[in-house]
Amino acid sequence: MDISIVLIVIVVILALFLITTFNRLVTLRQRVKEAWSDIDIQLKRRHDLIPNLVETVKGYATHESTVFQNVTEARAAAVAAGASATPQQRAQAENVLTGALRSVFAVAENYPQLQAIQEFKDLSENLTATEDKISFARRFYNGNVRDYNTALQTFPTNLFASAFGFGPEEYFELADATEREAPQVKF
Amino acid sequence: MTDAPSPARLSIYDAAAANRVRTVVLIVAFVLIVVVLAYAIGEYFGNGSGAAIVPFAFLVSIASAAASYFAGDKLVLAQSQARELGAGEEKELRNVVETLAIGLGIPAPKLYVIEDSAPNAFATGRDPAHASVVVTRGLLDKLDRTETEGVIAHELSHVGNRDIRVMLLVTVLVGTVALIADMAWRGMFWGGSRGRGRDRGGGGAIIGVIAIALLILSPIIAQLIQLAVSRQREYLADASGALLTRYPAGLAGALRKIAADKEPLEVANKATASLYIANPLKDAPAFFDHLFDTHPPIEERIRRLEAMG
Repeated sequence: MDISIVLIVIVVILALFLITTFNRLVTLRQRVKEAWSDIDIQLKRRHDLIPNLVETVKGYATHESTVFQNVTEARAAAVAAGASATPQQRAQAENVLTGALRSVFAVAENYPQLQAIQEFKDLSENLTATEDKISFARRFYNGNVRDYNTALQTFPTNLFASAFGFGPEEYFELADATEREAPQVKF
Repeated sequence: MTDAPSPARLSIYDAAAANRVRTVVLIVAFVLIVVVLAYAIGEYFGNGSGAAIVPFAFLVSIASAAASYFAGDKLVLAQSQARELGAGEEKELRNVVETLAIGLGIPAPKLYVIEDSAPNAFATGRDPAHASVVVTRGLLDKLDRTETEGVIAHELSHVGNRDIRVMLLVTVLVGTVALIADMAWRGMFWGGSRGRGRDRGGGGAIIGVIAIALLILSPIIAQLIQLAVSRQREYLADASGALLTRYPAGLAGALRKIAADKEPLEVANKATASLYIANPLKDAPAFFDHLFDTHPPIEERIRRLEAMG
C-alpha cells in the first residue's frame, strides 16, 4: 500500500516536470521564430530597395553592366533563399548580396553628379539604416537561439527533448566585421 | 561569428516576469493602503463609521488602479505637455528608436517631444505594444548620435523590462495615497475633532492613535515602495541599454551632459520626476535629494558605465 502511494507521487512529480519542461521549450522555440520574422522583414526590405538603387546608378554609370548584373543575380538568389532555405544558407546568399552592393557603391563613388542627387542619397541612407536594423535583428535572434539551444542541451532536458521533436536551431551569421564587442556587465 | 555569450545577458523576459509580480503586489498594496486609510478616516472623523466606508473605498481604489493602468500614460503625457511626433519629423531619432527596438525584439514605441531646452527623456505605457518614448527638445539639440542612442537604449530597456508599467502605477498610485493622506491630515486640524475623546472609551482612544499614526505613515510607506523598486531599476536599464548599443560611453556622455545642464525641466513635478532618465528637478534641497531621490547619483551611474567599456 505504501509503495503504491510512493509510486504515484513519483509518477506525478515526473509528469509535472515533463510538462513544465515541454512548455518552456515551446516558449523558447516560439521566441526564436518571432525573432526570425524580425530578420525576415528587414531582409525583404533590403531586397525591395535594391532594384531602385540599380536603376538610379545605371542612369549615370552606363558602362558598368557586370556590376549591375552581379547585384541583380545576387538579389535574385537571396530572394529565392528567403522562400525556403535554412538560416545558414540565407546568410550565405545575403553575404554575396552585401559584397555585390559594396561594388555598386564603389562604382557610384566615381560619379559626383550621382552622389549629389537626392534620390541616391535617400536610397543609400535607407540601405544603411536597413543594414543597421538587420544587424540588431540578428543579435536578438541569435540571443534567443542561444537561450533555446542551451535549454535543449542542458541535463536532464537533453535526455528527452529530441523525443518530443525539439531540435537545435541555427544561428544567423553574417560576415560583419564592424560589429562592436559586447561590453562586460557586472553587478 | 556568433555573439559571444556575455557573462550577464540580461534577458528582458526575466525582468519582465519580475515586474509582472511587482505589478500585482503594487496594486494589492495600494488597495490595502487605501482601504485601511479610509477605515482610519471613518473611525476618526465619522464617529466609528469606518467599517461602512470600507466597501466604498475598496471599489474606488480598484477603479483608480484600473484607470491608472489603462490611461495613466495619457495623463502623464498630457501633464508633461508632450506632443506626438509626426511620421516625417525627426527622422534620425525615429531611425534610432526603430533600430534599437528591433534589437530588443519589441515594437517601435510612439515618439513624443517636450518643447523645453532642458535635456531629459522618459518612457511610459502599460506594455511594449502601448509604449511611448518622450524626449525634450534640449535632448535633441544637445546630444550627438551615440549619446542619443545611449538614452534611447536606456528608455527602451525600461519598455522591454516592463518597468514602464510599474513606474506608471507607482507614479499615479503613490500620488493618490499622498493626496488622500494630505486631505485627511488637513482635516484633522481644521474641524475634524468632532466627538473625539469625549464619547469614546479607552478602545476608541487607541483606534484614534492608530488612525493618526496611519495617516502620518502612509505617504512615507508609499514613498518607500517607490524607492525600493526604482534605484536598482535605473542601474539595470543603464546596463541593458549599454549591452544593446554595445557602447556604454554613449550613455555615459549623455548623462554627463544632462547632469551639467543646470536648467530645471518646467513641466516635470514631484510625481513624474521618477519617470525621467535623470532627476529633472534640479532645485530640490539637498536633504530631500537623498532621502526621496528615486535616481542613483549620476556620477555613480557614469562610473559604472565606464567600468563596462
